[in-house]
Amino acid sequence: MSDWPGDPIEQLVGLLARLPGLGRRSARRAALKMLMQPDRVMLPLAAALQAAAAAVQPCRICGNLDTRNPCGICRDPQRDRGLICVVEGVAELWALERAHAHRGLYHVLGGTLSALGGVGPEDLAVQPLLARIAGAGEAERVEEVILALPATVDGATTAHYLSDRLVGSGVRVTRLAQGVPMGGALDVLDEGTLAAALKARRDL
Amino acid sequence: MLRDFRSYGALTVAFTAPIVVVSGENGVGKTNLLEAISLLGPGRGLRGARAAEFGRRLPEGPLPWAVAGRFENGDWPAFDLGTGTPEGGAPERRVFRLDGAPVRSQAELAERVATLWLTPQMDRLFQDGAGDRRRFLDRLVWALEPHHAREVAAYENAMAQRNRLLAAERREGKVADPAWLSALEDAMARHGVAAAAARRGLVGRLNATLAGGITGAFPAARLDLQCGTAAALDSQPALAVEDELRAAWAANRRRDAAAGATLEGPHRADLLFTHVPKGLPAGLCSTGEQKALLVAVVLAHAGLIAASRGFAPLLLLDEVAAHLDAPRREALFAALAALPAQSFLTGTDAAIFQPLRGVAEGFLARPGELVPDSDLPVPGAG
Ligand SMILES: Nc1ncnc2c1ncn2[C@@H]1O[C@H](COP(=O)(O)OP(=O)(O)O)[C@@H](O)[C@H]1O
Ligand SMILES: [Mg+2]
Ligand SMILES: [Zn+2]
Repeated sequence: MSDWPGDPIEQLVGLLARLPGLGRRSARRAALKMLMQPDRVMLPLAAALQAAAAAVQPCRICGNLDTRNPCGICRDPQRDRGLICVVEGVAELWALERAHAHRGLYHVLGGTLSALGGVGPEDLAVQPLLARIAGAGEAERVEEVILALPATVDGATTAHYLSDRLVGSGVRVTRLAQGVPMGGALDVLDEGTLAAALKARRDL
Repeated sequence: MLRDFRSYGALTVAFTAPIVVVSGENGVGKTNLLEAISLLGPGRGLRGARAAEFGRRLPEGPLPWAVAGRFENGDWPAFDLGTGTPEGGAPERRVFRLDGAPVRSQAELAERVATLWLTPQMDRLFQDGAGDRRRFLDRLVWALEPHHAREVAAYENAMAQRNRLLAAERREGKVADPAWLSALEDAMARHGVAAAAARRGLVGRLNATLAGGITGAFPAARLDLQCGTAAALDSQPALAVEDELRAAWAANRRRDAAAGATLEGPHRADLLFTHVPKGLPAGLCSTGEQKALLVAVVLAHAGLIAASRGFAPLLLLDEVAAHLDAPRREALFAALAALPAQSFLTGTDAAIFQPLRGVAEGFLARPGELVPDSDLPVPGAG
């Protein structure tokens, strides 16, 4: 195998290795698997990647990733529009959807506050959340905001910050029940735990 | 059983007596042996070293190492515990095995094994700043309450963030978001009060154990936790103390910004030691008396662990006996013999351990090996 920097195999392995869950070793194995069956695996994958990249975009209301904008969840007439679940990222939104734990809408924050990591309120979708609540028409009035943020110092700080900013907005602010382990990221929790934590949410 | 651990190639030895004595010249590997034992409990051992440092050094580099022990602990079924860096694995990655199966969390270890120690490095505790005494106390708390380390870390993390926001405000003149500061102060209050309460609880239990006479004729110590948050918990419920801290931090943002630090809070706590027979604070005590203070606290801690966990901890006393005069040494030996723990004592002079004949089992340490000391045979074996 060549170390030549322009080598397309090395380039492919390098790109694959940047994906979460793939180290260099498994990236190399994935690349080899594809290269051995270019017609059955590699080219269809390339086409699927291209199509997804062209079609998927962030929802302008909630930040979910979908081919439609607003996304399928925001368009769904069965959803409770008075209930917004605030999540750190799209991974957490998808985890809650897999658990069928939430019947309302979402709001993707895009991270958590971190003074040490240089992430401030203006780097997150805080203003859009406040505007979304203030701007909702009478029929779509937001009754409750559920803060489904990780049980870390930054997650708890962000939840406290948001509840502070929502004081006076007239919405009820709740957060996930304890039971989400300290330091726990939501997207790795099993579906039962997630559903239970959401069901037993508490006022902040 | 040790394999390629620091100065040891391969060593297999059984420690059957409740007190084990290891004597030998400087540099033969006495502390290394205690360190190996300390690694069978949770944490980084008595030197606080990283896993990559333990492997025996050859000119080509460090070898993979292993430490394993079989615990036969009275009423409990025997179990085998091992730790080390696996062959072909990364030298920084230390793994644990319990009866051959991988151990997922250190909490699983804490349910079975506790190791506590006193080393010559800890003699500086009374000269160094409050931070070292706080960390000493936090390790004692942690051995009984595994959550404590997380509370302290979360508190310090939130405080570092508050300090960062206040520093940016001072540097760039950009006013920090008050809701953000309140959110951080809220996290500090919750975790800080939890940490202070755990420290306060342990100090109370240690003092009660010491007052109960666990040190026997050995001089006892009394501990005093100097911490406004802990003191407030004497008269108020924890939630009220949290509110007071939130209010104090919110009111003092300007002052703390100017100081470049959070000036109040459980992170400023100190632990004071009093030598009970003399009624003197540690700072006014002689070196030998200071050593005795630490010994007394560690004895009380061993007693607390045995009582709350239901098994005997391993107590590692490195070069402790040499600092004490003969009467204190004998009082220590008597206290150790009565303690629900297995104790390991090291020293350069085997003769000072002679009073332990019939109670302790002795070994002479030579480079890379241990040989039984015929002057301190296994008790009860003729
Ligand atoms: N990783 C290592 N590989 C080989 N030898 C080591 C390693 N770490 C420490 N040593 C050796 O161990 C010896 C110190 O042993 P130690 O247990 O501290 O002695 P003492 O008996 O005085 O307590 C030193 O000679 C040191 O060089
Ligand atoms: Mg030594
Ligand atoms: Zn949407």
